[in-house]
Amino acid sequence: MHELTLIDNVLNMVRINAENSNISRVSKIKLVVGQLSMAVPESLQFAFDTIKGDDMFARSILEIEEVAIQCRCTDCGKQFVLDHAYHFCCPKCQGRSIDIVSGRELYVDYYEGDEY
Amino acid sequence: MVQVNLSRNILSANDLLAQKNRELFASNGNLVINMMSSPGSGKTTILEKTLGKIKSQMVVGVIEGDLYTDQDACRLKQPDVSVIQINTEGGCHLDAKMVEKAYQDIIQNDQNDINIVFIENVGNLVCPAEFDLGEDKRVVVLSVAEGNDKPLKYPLVFRQADAVLVNKIDLLPYTDFNMEKFRQDLIQLNPGVRVFEMSARTGKGIEKWCQWLREEFEKKQG
Repeated sequence: MHELTLIDNVLNMVRINAENSNISRVSKIKLVVGQLSMAVPESLQFAFDTIKGDDMFARSILEIEEVAIQCRCTDCGKQFVLDHAYHFCCPKCQGRSIDIVSGRELYVDYYEGDEY
Repeated sequence: MVQVNLSRNILSANDLLAQKNRELFASNGNLVINMMSSPGSGKTTILEKTLGKIKSQMVVGVIEGDLYTDQDACRLKQPDVSVIQINTEGGCHLDAKMVEKAYQDIIQNDQNDINIVFIENVGNLVCPAEFDLGEDKRVVVLSVAEGNDKPLKYPLVFRQADAVLVNKIDLLPYTDFNMEKFRQDLIQLNPGVRVFEMSARTGKGIEKWCQWLREEFEKKQG
C-alpha cells in the first residue's frame, strides 16, 4: 500500500487546515492506523520523514496509534480481538456472523502547531 | 501551541467521490461490479465468456484498468458493448475519480441505457481493496495455479468480497490446489461470500456466475 501517497494526502489535508487556522508551523501529526488497513506504520514513518519538507512541517513529528482488529459476534455479543490467522469465528459460541468493530481505521486524528 | 482535531479519513477524498459514483450508478439503475485479482488470474477471459452469455439480455459496459496498453479493451471490444480503457501509467489500482470519468464516457457513447458495468481493476490483491469505486459488488478472481493459501495472505480483499471466482479448474489435476482448504480459509474470513468454481477457458461454471449476476441486477432494480 503506497504510503508515500497516503502521507502526501495527510500533509495536504493538514496544510490546508493549518493555513485556514492561522497556524504557521506544525509540530506533530497524530495518525490512527488499523491493523486491517493496508498501511504499514514503519513505511508511513519513512515516507513522512522523506517528504515532509522544510517549511511548515520541518520540525514535525509523526505519531502513529495502531488499532487492533476488534470484532463482535452478532449472535452472542462477545467482543474479541482477531487472531493473526484471521479466524472470524466467535471464541465463545463459534458463531460466524462477525462485525468488525475496529481495525480498518486510516485517519488523521489531530495535529499540533503554533499560530502566527 | 494549539491542537486541532481533524478525525478525517486519509482516503476521504476518494471515499467522497466513490459515494457520488454510487449515487450516480443507482440513479441510472446500474449494477456495478468491481473485479479484482492478481495479474493473470483470468479476469478478462471470464469477462469475454460472461459478455457472450449476458449481452443478449442486458446492456453491458466495461471499464478496463491496466498500467499500460489497451490489449484487454481490444479483446472485449464488440459492437454491442461499450468498453473504455483506463491506463494508470504506474498506478497500481483504480480510484473513484478515474472510474467516474470512464463511466461518463460509457454513458455518452451508449445509445441504450446501460444495465451492468464491469470494472476490471488493475491486477493487484493489495491496494484495490482500499479504494472504494462506488461499486455494488466486489468480486475477487483467483486461479488454481496461484495456490489455495491466498485468502489468509490477503485478508482484506477476500474479507470484502461479495463473490470469489475460482478460475482455471481445468488445471486442478496439474496443481496442488486444495479446494477444501481454500474454502475453509475463505469461509473463516468471510462466512457470507459466494464461491463460483469455473474454467473460463472451457466455459464450465460460467452460467452459474451469470445467473448470480442476473439475480443481483434484478435485486438492484427492486
